[in-house]
Amino acid sequence: MGILEVKNVSKNFGGLKALNNVTLDVRENTVHAIIGPNGAGKSTLLNCLVGKLIPDTGSVMFDGQSVLGRKPFEINQMGISRVFQTPEIFGDLTVMENMLIPIFARRDGAFRMHAIESVAHESAVLEQAEKMLIDMKMIDKRHMHAASMSRGDKRRLEIGMCLSQEPRLLLLDEPTAGMARADTNNTIDLLKQIKAERDITIAIIEHDMHVVFSLADRITVLAQGTPLVEDEPQNIRGNPKVREAYLGETA
Amino acid sequence: MLGLGKKDTTLLIVVAVLTLCAPFILNPFPAGSAMAQFNAGYPDLMQRFVIFGIFAVGFNILFGLTGYLSFGHAAFLGVGSYSAVWIFKLFTYNVLPAIALSVVVAGLFSLLIGFVSLRRSGIYFSILTLAFAQMSFALAYSVLSNPKFNLTNGETGLQVYTDDPQWFHSDRLPDLPHLFGLSMRATHTMHMGDWSFSFNTGYYLCAVVMLLVFYLAIRIFRSPFGMMLRAVKSNQQRMNYTGLNTRPYTLAAFVISGMYAGLAGGLMAAMDPLAGAERMQWTASGEVVLMTILGGTGTLIGPVLGAGFIKYFENIFSKINDTVLHGWFGFLPDGLEDVMVFIVHPFIGKGWHLTLGLLFMLVVIFLPGGLVEGGQRLARWIRGRRAEDSRRKTEPAE
Ligand SMILES: Nc1ncnc2c1ncn2[C@@H]1O[C@H](COP(=O)(O)OP(=O)(O)OP(=O)(O)O)[C@@H](O)[C@H]1O
Ligand SMILES: [Mg+2]
Repeated sequence: MGILEVKNVSKNFGGLKALNNVTLDVRENTVHAIIGPNGAGKSTLLNCLVGKLIPDTGSVMFDGQSVLGRKPFEINQMGISRVFQTPEIFGDLTVMENMLIPIFARRDGAFRMHAIESVAHESAVLEQAEKMLIDMKMIDKRHMHAASMSRGDKRRLEIGMCLSQEPRLLLLDEPTAGMARADTNNTIDLLKQIKAERDITIAIIEHDMHVVFSLADRITVLAQGTPLVEDEPQNIRGNPKVREAYLGETA
Repeated sequence: MLGLGKKDTTLLIVVAVLTLCAPFILNPFPAGSAMAQFNAGYPDLMQRFVIFGIFAVGFNILFGLTGYLSFGHAAFLGVGSYSAVWIFKLFTYNVLPAIALSVVVAGLFSLLIGFVSLRRSGIYFSILTLAFAQMSFALAYSVLSNPKFNLTNGETGLQVYTDDPQWFHSDRLPDLPHLFGLSMRATHTMHMGDWSFSFNTGYYLCAVVMLLVFYLAIRIFRSPFGMMLRAVKSNQQRMNYTGLNTRPYTLAAFVISGMYAGLAGGLMAAMDPLAGAERMQWTASGEVVLMTILGGTGTLIGPVLGAGFIKYFENIFSKINDTVLHGWFGFLPDGLEDVMVFIVHPFIGKGWHLTLGLLFMLVVIFLPGGLVEGGQRLARWIRGRRAEDSRRKTEPAE
């Protein structure tokens, strides 16, 4: 039984069937890649998992509980963290503050009126944030405005912010899109390290096959809103259906 | 000190010294001199400085931190004033219960308005708050002042009459707002040579209250809560996907700033036991927006500076008239004198709005960070000059 179970999920945008009867199982402590050509419905699927979109039909269960009908912040509190296709961070805040916020959210829940305490006196939280920044190799940038960093650094920060919440399921939407080769390789190493060190399940959407085959334990191929195949990486590589789906779209 | 960092402690001390010495600082010119009209150290105006400072500091907690621009904050100020006057009418002229009730009622009122308005963001939020404030204005101006149920006394404004019950009032107490017998109007005037300085009880009450709530604002700015509010402004999407519920955060900020406004309204009534509907009008709501932006949105001291700046203009520039101008330009030949007076005329007296408008435009265009940014640039420039000077001194001349 998987930690995440998607059953018969469909989503239409007007007449467009973005997702058509998608069923997917993500097993605990694996890296599950979802690949497919542009417009296949990958991001839409992710949005249905985190409460941004509500599927027209079907069910989404996380750890035995339905996520449908819950708000994004409630789903996050259940243990699902998400990294976006374009980095979503607090651009006006410093890197350190960016790292503090998810840790506070983890400690205090969705809302707490801590208006008199001083951030500077929250030593446990500060320590935890520093540790994560060291892990992310960005401690020297702690006082920088997050918006002024490179895209690769923003992505790294966003991943760090998600990890600091110790999620059980981490969702990544094209974490290396638009990155230089070196940044991509750094991200691969980072994700490998995360996978090795933590009890965490990762679902990753990715176009870069190098990234996919370096990380994935299982791969689902999505095309036109329908899963084509789900299998282990070595079986996906030579699968003619997959080639056709990709070549048909991107040639 | 007081749980603040070093910089914040310094800021608080500077503000405290400035407010407590304001009667001296604001009266730099001898009483009889031609420049005396630029003196701002009279009780009425000093009270207004700090009261509007409180209003703007509170407004900045909402607008500066969360970015939600309310166009209806004057409604909370007005509600605060009405509540205070009702305490005066029914119970006592002691200002403490009056001020306490203003804060509580404004808090409840802003909870209601905030709950509805915060369902939208951006311009829609602004419009909703504006609509609510105009509705409150209409209620105060006419609807709630009919003979059967007269809550606001309409156009005349709410005031204390001799036949009001005032249950806890006694003959030994002053017949004006007071603090345990100490009248708010009590003023001690100190003469030093040609100078005179006024120390007014009401002003000092307002000043102490302002220092307290300014301190509270610093604490809020530096708290995890304050950081969350800035995060709301920066990226709500990320907030939601980080497991935070933005709604109660913004609502709490809204209510806190509403309570600051109510406090300002209560103090206003405590200085002068009157409350009129015009306090709730949209122009009054707009004024606090200007104060905040002019001083520096999202900075601690900016709103206080902005409030002082605007109130100074409103009260000092508006009093300059043509006779005064002729006095200033009297040294010029007659024809030229008239030309100068003609040129300056639109900017003074009733034209002070024009001057303020121009200044506001200049600040927004050249100093988007408001007066605070102006100060920072000046400080950097001076420091730069000084560094250059010392470099020149140490380097041997070529
Ligand atoms: N909010 C929306 N309203 C209408 N159509 C949408 C919406 N979101 C996505 N779509 C459409 O649904 C289809 C699937 O989009 P989706 O973003 O899920 O694709 P994707 O697989 O993530 O593609 P990419 O690799 O380009 O990110 C596309 O045709 C897209 O245009
Ligand atoms: Mg996508």
